[in-house]
Amino acid sequence: MTYEFYFGDIWKARWLLLDGTLTTLRLSALCMVLSLALAVPAAVARIAGPGWLRGTIYAYVEYVRNTPFLVQIFLVYFGLGMAGIRLNPNGAALIAMTANGAAYTIEIVRAGIVGVDRGQWEAGRVLGLSPVQIYSSIVLPQALKIIYWPLASQFILIMLASSAVSVIATTELSSITYDISTQTFRAFEAYLVTTGIYFALSVAFSAVFSLIFWALFMRRRPA
Amino acid sequence: MDTPVLEMRQVAKRFGAFQALANVDLKVGRGERVIVCGPSGSGKSTLIRCIVGLEQHEHGTILFDGAPIDLRSRTSPIRSGQIGMVFQQFNLFPHLTVLQNCTIAPIKVRGSTRAEAERKARDLLARVGIEDQADKFPGQLSGGQQQRVAIARALCMQPRALLFDEPTSALDPEMVQEVLNVMVSLARDGMTMICVTHEMGFAREVADRIVFMDRGEIVEVAPPAAFFAAPKNERTRAFLSRIL
Repeated sequence: MTYEFYFGDIWKARWLLLDGTLTTLRLSALCMVLSLALAVPAAVARIAGPGWLRGTIYAYVEYVRNTPFLVQIFLVYFGLGMAGIRLNPNGAALIAMTANGAAYTIEIVRAGIVGVDRGQWEAGRVLGLSPVQIYSSIVLPQALKIIYWPLASQFILIMLASSAVSVIATTELSSITYDISTQTFRAFEAYLVTTGIYFALSVAFSAVFSLIFWALFMRRRPA
Repeated sequence: MDTPVLEMRQVAKRFGAFQALANVDLKVGRGERVIVCGPSGSGKSTLIRCIVGLEQHEHGTILFDGAPIDLRSRTSPIRSGQIGMVFQQFNLFPHLTVLQNCTIAPIKVRGSTRAEAERKARDLLARVGIEDQADKFPGQLSGGQQQRVAIARALCMQPRALLFDEPTSALDPEMVQEVLNVMVSLARDGMTMICVTHEMGFAREVADRIVFMDRGEIVEVAPPAAFFAAPKNERTRAFLSRIL
């Protein structure tokens, strides 16, 4: 028996798929920006903050890294509901993704900060720069360069892992694909197409990250 | 004697069980050049790192212009850049150009305008002989050039005193002299300097006094002629016989 591929129904649903793709793109990009924005101050606090704050951040990172993302998604979704916060599934998904992504990003940023030579801090100190100035102008720019590629690969993982939020009936690519597969009974074709879309999104993010790297670190530096 | 620019009174510092500084007393007057030497682990670096607050001393007082240095105060001589320091490993900021290395502190700490800071930085880079490298990154320069940039960067804050922590120890031999030449010219211009170094020729040439340290103590202080010709202490003699 040979399987006969039929993509006709998938083609009819192409606009739905495009919608889902754009939602995935938007959720992922927002999650990356928010994760980094939260992780940078949190990583600094994890290193230089008061003891209670260091402990809290440590505990939070350990919670995220040692529990399944899927369970975290439900916890956020139902937790928000119980707290009386009415969010649509995409909003809840963004929060769950950011809560997860930020924790991993904190660890990466922290490794970057620790990787900057201690002498950089000392040179800033004896020039009279304040701790905030040393972090923002000297340590973090160098840390960001050290962690850039690990961070980029973490961000692509964020995008791929976003498929898990389909369990709370979001409208991102995986949810849409699931709906299409159940309505058309062409599950294999649907997921095959979606595989291609995710792959293309990964490649596109990689390309964007390469461009950003070039703009940030290569442009001004002659060979 | 006028009020010393820098004065240490009974300064002590330990690292665990190791006594890095043992009740050190030292006065450095305006325009004075003090060379600090001694065997490895004798406390030389700790001494100047305590002055700039990179190490916290547990005991004693360090005064600048007669007033105790309070690192928490915004007007402390460290936080306002009045005491400069040059490191063994240069510690230039690799992501900034040579010019930006020199202007970051004047702009951010002193509130200089960019134009003013850059003009001053170019003057000082010319003074250390590397004005044509201003737009390069530190990684593109030789070690000797990098250390001269580090000196120019410190000078941009117009420090009242400049501290050197083995400034030529990380350099290839052929680059030592270019850095020493810059330091000699600073000394001639009356900069107050404390320099930890093993370059005894340099010490002989510029020092007003040579401080010999061993095991966290200042063992002997003498003008160079007396220090080299007739060291009083046994430990100084042993040290000099090893390095000369």
